[in-house]
Amino acid sequence: MSTPLLSARGLGKRFGAVVAAEDVSIEVPAGQRLSVIGSNGAGKTTFVNMVTGYLKPDAGRIELEGEDITALGHMQIARRGICRSFQIPQLALELTLRENLLVAVAAAAGHPSLWRAADAAGHGERAEALMRRLGLEADADRPTLELAGGVRKLVDIAMALARKPRLLLLDEPTSGVSAGEKFEAMHRVMEALAGEAATVVFVEHDMEIVAEFSERVIAFYSGRVIADGTPAEVLAHADVQKYVTGGAGQRA
Amino acid sequence: MPLAFTILVDAITYASWLFVVSLGLTLVFGILKILNIAHGSVYALGAYAAATAVGLVTTLKLAPAFSLVAMLLAAAVVAAAVGPLLERTLLARFYGRDEVLLLLVTYALFLMLEDVTKLVWGVNPYFVSGPLQLFGNFQLGPMRLSGYDLLLVALAIVCGVATWWGLNRTVTGKIVLAVIHNPEMSASMGVNVQRVYTGAFTVGVFLAALGGAFTAPLISVQPGLSVSVIVVSFAVVIIGGLGSIPGAALGALVVGLARAASVHLMPEIELFSIYLVMAAVLVFRPEGLFQSVKARLI
Amino acid sequence: MAAPGDAAAATPAPGSAAPTGAAGATAVRAAGAATAASSRWSPARVALIALVAFGAVAVAALLAPKWLLFLTTMALSHGLAVLGVVVLTRGGGATFGQGLFFAVGAYVAALWPQLPWGLGSTDAVVRVLVGMAAAGVVGAVFAPLLARYRGIFFAMLTLALSMVLFGLLSKSNALGGSDGIPVPRPTLFGTELGGHARVEYLLFLLTAGFTLVASLVVAVYWRSAAGLVARAVAGNALRVEYLGASARASLATSFVVSGLLGGLGGALTGLVLGHVEPNFTNWTTSGEFVFVAVLAGYQSIAAVFVASLLLEVVRSFSNLYFPNTWQLVLGAFLLLVILFRPAGLGSLWQRKRPGGKAP
Repeated sequence: MSTPLLSARGLGKRFGAVVAAEDVSIEVPAGQRLSVIGSNGAGKTTFVNMVTGYLKPDAGRIELEGEDITALGHMQIARRGICRSFQIPQLALELTLRENLLVAVAAAAGHPSLWRAADAAGHGERAEALMRRLGLEADADRPTLELAGGVRKLVDIAMALARKPRLLLLDEPTSGVSAGEKFEAMHRVMEALAGEAATVVFVEHDMEIVAEFSERVIAFYSGRVIADGTPAEVLAHADVQKYVTGGAGQRA
Repeated sequence: MPLAFTILVDAITYASWLFVVSLGLTLVFGILKILNIAHGSVYALGAYAAATAVGLVTTLKLAPAFSLVAMLLAAAVVAAAVGPLLERTLLARFYGRDEVLLLLVTYALFLMLEDVTKLVWGVNPYFVSGPLQLFGNFQLGPMRLSGYDLLLVALAIVCGVATWWGLNRTVTGKIVLAVIHNPEMSASMGVNVQRVYTGAFTVGVFLAALGGAFTAPLISVQPGLSVSVIVVSFAVVIIGGLGSIPGAALGALVVGLARAASVHLMPEIELFSIYLVMAAVLVFRPEGLFQSVKARLI
Repeated sequence: MAAPGDAAAATPAPGSAAPTGAAGATAVRAAGAATAASSRWSPARVALIALVAFGAVAVAALLAPKWLLFLTTMALSHGLAVLGVVVLTRGGGATFGQGLFFAVGAYVAALWPQLPWGLGSTDAVVRVLVGMAAAGVVGAVFAPLLARYRGIFFAMLTLALSMVLFGLLSKSNALGGSDGIPVPRPTLFGTELGGHARVEYLLFLLTAGFTLVASLVVAVYWRSAAGLVARAVAGNALRVEYLGASARASLATSFVVSGLLGGLGGALTGLVLGHVEPNFTNWTTSGEFVFVAVLAGYQSIAAVFVASLLLEVVRSFSNLYFPNTWQLVLGAFLLLVILFRPAGLGSLWQRKRPGGKAP
């Protein structure tokens, strides 16, 4: 595979005097499990926002399998197969869990029907499958407003999976999940992706999660990439320990 | 050309009282994030109260100059009676909720105040003529101007300057600005945020009542005043930008000009020209001519 | 943006009982309650129930006094405009300008017979359909524009557009100015209704028929994928876009549907009332539609017509008994609903689904 799935070159972004990204160049081959670390304000979310099309980079270029997607908006990029989950779960809170997933499935199928029932044409089954993959069946018909943060996180991720995305970006997938449940939640997510051949980029603060679930780590500081390698390499890196982890392999 | 001059004078006089009213509306939105449909109802209350107050001056056989004081006091009484009561008992329950929800609450208030005015003052029109006579007319070039119109202009300028100065040059004003930017931070620094909100709403309401009180001599004060005033005020603050003081001034002038021009040149478009401008601003520059409140979210 | 009545409302349970009430609203209520239920009710079953109920009402209405027929007809025709507000608000757009479509439908239906070259017709059905279509066209023209807005600005733009029409109509001598235009009785399938012994009954039947069809269509839309996406747009438009669906297209669709319903309601109102006027598009009229929408809530079609009937009853009796306090009552009632029953009347007869059961 010569063309990487995602190629970001020379990305730059400023907010006034704040440098959110400077000369960020990252290539992600298909199928890779990549985690992105860095302390708050280091530029991780800006990177995710640029890749998903919510922000336009001031400089640089982003390509998806060779296609230039730099100028595209977030809706168009989602349609091209890049989906994301959010640090604070973004759900339609008045709708039930099932309904949220049905919306995601309908959106994935394109041109939501004006008259066919929302759960028809296999959509209902697809939503069920997504629920099963992430262990969400128990709360299927409760309004998401009533659900706990950790469950909402999983719903958020399930919605991102509805499109069978080529590239999945998870923004702090285990934040808000209790320490005891983090590994289980992450296992569930990764298993759900196992059959999908998806490339996953996840932003994380928990270094144990990073070490366990990713094969490559990129560390950000002040909008720049300061380390790029295997978890062992990156976590041992002097700058990473100085600016990100503040210790050996601990939480940032 | 005399016609252009006439239009300009008409526009400025119309814009004067409109600015005073819209200033209150835009202030309340800027500080409390409430677009208050009942603002027009308070305008009407001010007009009615002024009618009563001036009537009192006449009955008590006081000097006619007192009627101006009476109008000012009437506006103040309305504000004091209505402002804190509405803000504390009703609006405060909805802070932080959806802006449209608050709009609906103020719509309910508008409905109620319509009838309250009818119950207190009846349905027959009131006329407040005394103050107009006070100022007489005078000649300016080819035009006959009413001295009262000049009073309105002066009132508008005073209100505008006072509000701007109060917000930007006084300690209280700085506190209010701080509360706009970050209520939690201000509260944790010891600011009584509740009192700021109540005060701001009362000032806004006072301006509405003031506009009503001083416009009363020019119109027949009767039910239905609030209905037209509020939509025209909405047009003004949308055109100028929600929450902007210079915006309210510019918006009032634009609306005044649109109205004066159409009245003199093409009366059929008088009403719809104002709303056409409002729609056009919403389409091409939704933040208004002066502001940065985000209008489109997609 | 959360619609005001939407706080944590659960999906309706099937088979909820339709409350009793005046003749005419019963059929619609039954159909509405049924069709607002889950997708376990097949469209054929619902349509059958609706037809039977309609038949029953048609028979019952033969005995109803004229004033009641008129009242109920007005409740239904206004209710259609309110249904438009509900559909749009449910889809993410709070509107204070539904009067625009109401007036377009009314005026077009009123003026249709005067169309030159014999294109016009006095037939009621034709005029109502044309009025509805005209409003739909207006909606389609402005939908792409409106769909880019949210919240207060969306409301203000709808307000501005409706007031532009108000200004136009008020000052237009050709269209009757601020007094409006009288609308003589239409014909119905060739029969002249003017002076007809059963004119109120026939107009009621016409209105009820359109109401039933419109309600069924809306019910289908609400059950559909697009309808669900519309609710998601109201709750979190950005997320919908991140999922690859166009929130703008969804909102535009909701806008056009609300336009069609508003035009339908306006055309019927004009024909039954015998009069159309610029006030149909005044912001106060739009405000009344919003009031009924809040009262009804955003979950049940039937509730819309119940609430509309309530308002018509209050309005009729108020002119006789308390002309200077009925708005006070309305305003107070609106406040009470917002404070204590934000999900509206419709939530009174919808039981919450028991949570947490795996299918």
